[in-house]
Amino acid sequence: MSDASLRTPFPQRAHAALEDAHLQEALGIATTKFIGLRRESFAGFPEGEALRDRARAIKEGTLLQLDRHLERLADNIERLGGHVHWAATGEEARDIVLRLCRDKGVRMAVKSKSMATEEIELNEALEAAGVKPVETDLGEYIIQLAHEKPSHIIAPAIHKTKGQVADLFSKELGGRFEADPEVLTAVARKELRQKFLEADMGITGANFAVAETGTIVLVTNEGNGRMVTSLPRIHVAVMGMEKVIPTMTDLMVFLAILARSATGQKLSSYTTLVRGPRQPGETEGPEELHLILMDNGRTRQIAGTLREALYCLRCGACLNVCPVYRQIGGHAYGYTYPGPIGILLTAMLKGAASVKDLAHASSLCGACKDVCPVRIDIPRMLVDLRAELQRKGIASWPERVIFRFARRIMTSPGLFRLGARLGRVAQRPFVRSGRLSGLPLFLGQWTRTRDLPPIASRTFSERWPGLRQTKDLDRP
Amino acid sequence: MITCLGDMFFPEVGVAMVTLLRRLGVTVEFPPGQTCCGMPLFNSGYHHDAALVAKRTIGLFAGAEHIVVPSGSCAWMVKTEYAGLLKDDPALKAAAESMAKRTYELSQFLVGVLGVTSVESSFRGKVAYHDSCHLLRGLGESRAPRTLLRSVKGCELVELPGSDECCGFGGSFSVRLPEVSSAVLDKKIANAEGTGADCLVACDAGCLMQMGGGLTRRGSRVRALHLAQVLAPETGA
Repeated sequence: MSDASLRTPFPQRAHAALEDAHLQEALGIATTKFIGLRRESFAGFPEGEALRDRARAIKEGTLLQLDRHLERLADNIERLGGHVHWAATGEEARDIVLRLCRDKGVRMAVKSKSMATEEIELNEALEAAGVKPVETDLGEYIIQLAHEKPSHIIAPAIHKTKGQVADLFSKELGGRFEADPEVLTAVARKELRQKFLEADMGITGANFAVAETGTIVLVTNEGNGRMVTSLPRIHVAVMGMEKVIPTMTDLMVFLAILARSATGQKLSSYTTLVRGPRQPGETEGPEELHLILMDNGRTRQIAGTLREALYCLRCGACLNVCPVYRQIGGHAYGYTYPGPIGILLTAMLKGAASVKDLAHASSLCGACKDVCPVRIDIPRMLVDLRAELQRKGIASWPERVIFRFARRIMTSPGLFRLGARLGRVAQRPFVRSGRLSGLPLFLGQWTRTRDLPPIASRTFSERWPGLRQTKDLDRP
Repeated sequence: MITCLGDMFFPEVGVAMVTLLRRLGVTVEFPPGQTCCGMPLFNSGYHHDAALVAKRTIGLFAGAEHIVVPSGSCAWMVKTEYAGLLKDDPALKAAAESMAKRTYELSQFLVGVLGVTSVESSFRGKVAYHDSCHLLRGLGESRAPRTLLRSVKGCELVELPGSDECCGFGGSFSVRLPEVSSAVLDKKIANAEGTGADCLVACDAGCLMQMGGGLTRRGSRVRALHLAQVLAPETGA
């Protein structure tokens, strides 16, 4: 998302999303579908719960010795004839790709869906350097045509209805296409076929990289990942450092729960395992393979408050169930990674201050933690993030005053009683048929759409002395 | 334990709980000086302040055998967060852990501790049950309230579609992002009305404030009620 749109405050971005009828329609249908598919998939998979625990333990253990696993991965990739690049920042990662393009005379690059390259805004950098990036995942292809950003981690065009996609294709590709997913997919397929053959470079992310074998793993549903990694002469994979896993056995654990969490599939349609570039005697595969291992704020969280966010598999399940995401979609968040996990990842990449408002874009309902394949405690980390914003004085001063005042009341029963008594007097002008409406200040935020019960004429504390005396009468 | 929202806005819920517990032979005490469990402070990141509230609340209930709260989120706060907030003081931490073990949300206390699965009560109407987030996911309870509701004579329990989805309250979330909160609420209300239920029952003061406020504002015929009000309806006394 551009800086300009980030200048609009988050509540206004959320407001615009709530007013967008197409978005509401598309989001409602898609998230409900994802929730149902995930639920069904795990319902018929009793071993799933234990596998989730195991997957979490693997992530925990791997992070404890991340350096060792990364070195082993790098050694094995190099042994297979690949090249490994280390990037401390997103900028460094971008520069490595651009340098490769320059050195190898790359004019067009086909891309498989990758959040890591979204994170470093690689497409914009490639275009500026005169290299044409072509997204080949259908969802990514749609939003590239629309000059937009993904609004969901696995379903980038989730915010668009099929009607909107048909209009977009008709306008951008010339022709008149009906709003039929099959027709539209066929159109994109035809457009993309030629690009795969023309491209000099294939760019991917990596769902996993297996240290013991040097295998880069891509999980896709359209087969485009396979084309991107095999047809162009150069394959570049950009990967966050936390994506390394120790063994192939570990990979099996993750594959068993990743697609189920994301789309409810047992496995996604294609699981592509890339081991090195084309070997002597082989007739297929890229001549060169480059793996970029990117830190970009990750390793400093290994011992940080956001540590668990490094377990994330990018399945998107937490977005689908989040009541906030389901209402406002991904773009309103304003950053590469939307939804509850996105708030944490944004804080990791851009610092806590960048999520000053977003940290509160959660009712802490816990649905995200419940569906997370590796049980990331997202609500707890959001609360910790809020604590950090408060401690560092980033939270607004009216907020801090209100909460300090609230604490005074909560720690003093006298003030608490006085508050109730004063409130009873103050609320009088606002009582309408036994309900409060049209209240001032921040309470007005409540009463714009909801009534508030008035403070009772006698609170429970005030009723207790009488209630206590009736004790014996109540006995059966 | 009657926490802030229950004390000020829903005293009838506390009264119903006391009536119910006494009918079941429980001696009920109400330690004076109770305010709030501190969850609003905790959730917004004011952990030092929340710890002060926790410390005070622990002191009030030091002598209680069981502490029963008609609000899942407050019970969750005491049970899962107090000890962490006071972790730097071993004595307080131990006291917090002791309180956590003795604290129960009402329906969990009735079914889990008293072993009650059927309540002598009569209530006429169709009831839909909303799983509050902290009772369902925080304390892992979805059965106890339903078991109790099913046992009430004249009460027909209908399943609420999306009963496990948040009502949009979320404490300060409801006023920080009122439009999003209300949009989430709209969905909950539409689901409740779709069931044809007369009452939408929950076990949390926060949800009741949100859902009740939304229902009356929209002129809905559905009423929001606390579980205790179905198990021990006011008899006009």
